[in-house]
Amino acid sequence: MSLVFSWDWLPRLSQGLLLTVQLTLLSMAFGGFLGLVLAVLRVYGRGPLYPAYLLASAYIHVFRGTPLLVQVMTFYYALPTVGVRFSPVVAGLLALTLNTAAYQAEYFRGAIQSVRIGQMQAALALGLSRLQAVRYVVLPQALRLVIPPWSNELIYMVKGSAVVYLIGVLELMGQAKNIAARTFRNFEVYIVVALFYLALILVLSLGLRWVERRMRVPGLGVSGRT
Amino acid sequence: MLLRVEDLYKRYGKEDVLKGVSFSLDKGETKVIIGPSGTGKSTLLRCINRLTEPDRGRIWLEDTEITSPKVNINRIRSQIGFVFQDFNLFTHLTALDNVRLGLIRVKGMSKKEATERAMAELARVGLADKARAYPAELSGGQQQRVSIARALAMDPKLILFDEPTSALDPELIGEVLAVMEGLARSGMTMLVVTHEMGFARTVADEIIFMERGVIVEQGPPEQLFRSPKHPRTAEFLRRITDLYGGEQ
Ligand SMILES: Nc1ncnc2c1ncn2[C@@H]1O[C@H](COP(=O)(O)OP(=O)(O)OP(=O)(O)O)[C@@H](O)[C@H]1O
Ligand SMILES: [Mg+2]
Repeated sequence: MSLVFSWDWLPRLSQGLLLTVQLTLLSMAFGGFLGLVLAVLRVYGRGPLYPAYLLASAYIHVFRGTPLLVQVMTFYYALPTVGVRFSPVVAGLLALTLNTAAYQAEYFRGAIQSVRIGQMQAALALGLSRLQAVRYVVLPQALRLVIPPWSNELIYMVKGSAVVYLIGVLELMGQAKNIAARTFRNFEVYIVVALFYLALILVLSLGLRWVERRMRVPGLGVSGRT
Repeated sequence: MLLRVEDLYKRYGKEDVLKGVSFSLDKGETKVIIGPSGTGKSTLLRCINRLTEPDRGRIWLEDTEITSPKVNINRIRSQIGFVFQDFNLFTHLTALDNVRLGLIRVKGMSKKEATERAMAELARVGLADKARAYPAELSGGQQQRVSIARALAMDPKLILFDEPTSALDPELIGEVLAVMEGLARSGMTMLVVTHEMGFARTVADEIIFMERGVIVEQGPPEQLFRSPKHPRTAEFLRRITDLYGGEQ
């Protein structure tokens, strides 16, 4: 058996790669924002915020407790039956975002809770409001601590985003599937696709390492590691 | 009268930690609170800026009732400095930014104003050259001095110290006590929980001896050390001097 590659695949695969990057980065960004809010509610949701705490907890439980694939299918196939219709790309992006938000919320929560309690107390003692204390003291530390687990989530989402090919989104995996079906060169196409994913993850990992180094502060968390 | 504490009660679970504590502090006065471990000294200090909510009793800072539910507690806290046993400097900020944070976010100063003020306070505790260092790059004594500068920068009416030297190696205690003594002499109003009897003796205007949630006895250091009225006070002082020295 001889391997046959073709340059003709490149434009399609590049388009697919671009869409994969967009889906991943957008869902990570929106999901990160939502996740941060969920995490803060989980940690500080007491008193009048208690209903929000319950809601955040339920949300996280549901989205971590069901397969991403089921969520994608639900957004695309089930919601139209109640009158909500999305294009494949929007349905996919929405499902990825809401899914990663739940996971990121848990990473953020862990990081927030590992900031020593005295930090919050010192901030309050200075006269900062609780919200200011979270904003200026707790989160800047928590966000540094969260970089390593957050990197894992990013890498997971690069690969996880592939499931949206099942609802017809032509990201990297979707494009590959089409090319393979047309050319019958399954093996070669998927080797190329695997290399694309590897390269993408390498670039993202290096980028995050750079961010982690830039944000490093002596005495905070994993900083002993180089 | 600058601070008045009236009949303060606090209970944790089944344990009565504060059982009717009353005392007051005049402007410029330094009072030292001593007493055995678990007696409620930290709880008392934390009730004064409501980091802990007292169950009962009232506290006034000048004419403002701190314990009133209507009070703006953030504003009150900005007028009461708090120095913690384990410093609690903000880990992610340099010494300078630790001192500047409250100035900018609470007092609303411009960055330039805040920097000038913060540098002046760091100079006052002898650490102007460490402005750019992170807490992890400072010794315990230096960290505690930065935390004192952080409190001072807010122009507090009163500073509460909760065992400020207890987490320090013996050779670093002196530099922190020297800063505190300087503050007391310059007219700062201070309430200090400490086991440093030398400091209590020479700097305090009055010593408050607490045990099991109540004030057993209070008075000027000379009186308390020479002729304590209460046998419990005498016994505690004897034990603490054995443990920490202080007959200097
Ligand atoms: N947040 C809390 N929850 C439950 N119990 C507490 C809490 N804070 C303090 N206590 C209890 O209250 C009692 C008094 O504690 P506190 O820290 O005020 O004593 P202290 O006089 O400062 O002692 P030390 O000299 O050891 O610092 C202790 O028995 C302690 O276990
Ligand atoms: Mg204590």
